[in-house]
Amino acid sequence: MEFLVASAVGAITAAGIYLILRLRTFAVVLGMTMLTYAINAFLFATGRLVVNKPPILLGHSNINPADYTDPLPQALVLTAIVISFGMTAVVVMMALGAFIEGGDDHINMPDDDRIMPTLKTLDDQKPEDETA
Amino acid sequence: MTHWLIAPVLVPALLGSLMVLWMRHDLLQQRVFGLIGSLLTLAVALVLTGMAAGGEVHVYRLGNWPAPFGIVLMLDRLSALMLLLTAILAVVVQLYGVGSGWDRKGWHFHSLWQFQLMGLNGAFLTGDAFNLFVFFEVLLIASYGLMIHGGGPMRLRAGVQYISFNLAGSTLFLAALGTLYTVTGTLNMADMAERVAMMPVEDTALLRTGAVLLLLVFAIKAALVPLHFWLPSTYANAPGPVAALFAIMTKVGVYAIIRFFTLIFPQDSVTENIATDLILPAALITLTLGQIGVLGTRSLTRLAAYAVVASVGMLMISVARFDAQGLTAGLYYLIHSTLVGAALFLVVDLVAARRGGDFWLRLRPAIANTGLISALFFLTAIAVVGLPPLSGFLGKLMILNATMDDPWMAGIWSTILITSLVALVAFSRAGSILFWKAHEMDPEPGNDTDEGEAPKRGPIPTKLETDEPIQDVADSAAPWLAFLSTGTLLAGSVALTLFAGPLTRYLQGTADQLTSPQIYYESVLRQQEGSR
Repeated sequence: MEFLVASAVGAITAAGIYLILRLRTFAVVLGMTMLTYAINAFLFATGRLVVNKPPILLGHSNINPADYTDPLPQALVLTAIVISFGMTAVVVMMALGAFIEGGDDHINMPDDDRIMPTLKTLDDQKPEDETA
Repeated sequence: MTHWLIAPVLVPALLGSLMVLWMRHDLLQQRVFGLIGSLLTLAVALVLTGMAAGGEVHVYRLGNWPAPFGIVLMLDRLSALMLLLTAILAVVVQLYGVGSGWDRKGWHFHSLWQFQLMGLNGAFLTGDAFNLFVFFEVLLIASYGLMIHGGGPMRLRAGVQYISFNLAGSTLFLAALGTLYTVTGTLNMADMAERVAMMPVEDTALLRTGAVLLLLVFAIKAALVPLHFWLPSTYANAPGPVAALFAIMTKVGVYAIIRFFTLIFPQDSVTENIATDLILPAALITLTLGQIGVLGTRSLTRLAAYAVVASVGMLMISVARFDAQGLTAGLYYLIHSTLVGAALFLVVDLVAARRGGDFWLRLRPAIANTGLISALFFLTAIAVVGLPPLSGFLGKLMILNATMDDPWMAGIWSTILITSLVALVAFSRAGSILFWKAHEMDPEPGNDTDEGEAPKRGPIPTKLETDEPIQDVADSAAPWLAFLSTGTLLAGSVALTLFAGPLTRYLQGTADQLTSPQIYYESVLRQQEGSR
């Protein structure tokens, strides 16, 4: 089981990293989702993998810790899922906004961000963009 | 148990939500309540600084759960200092946001501001590693909203990069926390520190991996080279007041590095000098690259962004020593660089606003209020470069003094001094292009109509409605307020110089507290009478 979980986390992380290195926002968002899945599975495994043991104490006397699984990672995973889900929604909205306003879905900043446009091209910029 | 500790998180959270729910369409109410929120936070920060000045570590147990199990907030001198600095910066820069009219360029400026404050305050107060992650996310999500405030294609594109980079950083943070939890079995910082201190050296390979992962995460936030790539485009494209508030955001990363690598992984623990060995070279390169960026860029906003990168490098050189003297000098420079970095963004915004949104470093006819703005730019440049008499000089002197007996002393001193010269050249060039040579240009007769047109087609249209003009002087509600808040930040730099003595004593107390982790074990884990 350990091998299965570990290799799954590794494979999904690798896929996620490959995707976030792409130059288009869609691939990056997908990669980010993959990465958070992998991390969630990883966080779940930090409390050691055990089968058929509850995380919540039953009764108050004669408690043997070996009969229970660690409840904390489950709470952490829950928090991480909520946060990463919300963040993915934000990045999707932002990518959509950038696509609509900027006209393409490239991740890289256009040259105009770094290279000073001459005063002339500053005025002509809008029409140029539309023709391109 | 005093409840003051939770107030810096609760006050902005309540006011921020109130503003979203009840005052969505009333800018005046938003301004009033937004400023009330920031001022209340400032008042609370003052009270907390008074509490922390005594030298003991105050602990707030959420839900009254005993320490390693429940989440704790802890207040020491460092947290109090960061809270106070954040609150002062927030109030002053928010006034600029109101005065320059930036807050009406988009929606929810003031409520996002409050949520940003909530995240920052929480990150500075928390004593729980996972809770730190949560507050990082709170401040990040508010910063995403603030960063794209006003919209425009360039800003949104930069925003997508910023979010992507930070999402990757967050997953790395979770991986680091998971690793540390596997090894230590706790997430409470003081408890983790005590367990790490007792760990046999041969079992710590995984622990060291976790520590380095954590260092990477905080280096992303602090924008240390080679993890700084998100910063220049983000800060250069953010609205002026937002970029000024973001001057504290890189310091959150610095704060977290100081917190974790003095409390949990100090120099004498199993991780040895791992932090110094990694941070010092990175900090030297950061400083060099930052100042080269300041010299090389042709954009004013980018110049300010690279000045932030350089200041992080400078302050990490000192912090990387992790001894009392290095931390004292580093913290002094932290306060200085936050105030002055923010002032630089505001001055740049003042200039750009008066050139019709043109933030490129090129000759344009002289701007309105050129005398006052050039004086502000001159003072800011002096402070940023580190010339006497302002606080940049003192800060640099303290850092040079702290690194005097370092084995890398020759490298550190030459880097600091040579890059200061580079920055001096860069700022002189920028100032002479903007203010001196501008007088040689005649205002072109046809240019007036162009200036009315140019903003709408500029690289960053900041408007929301099509009929609303992009930021210009006519659009700002109260230009005097914008000048006043910029001047206040610079007055802060003057005050840092005048009261350097008492401040340094407080910072020495802070550094002494940080370098003796036993105080934290004692307050967080032992003194728990009230909690059962």
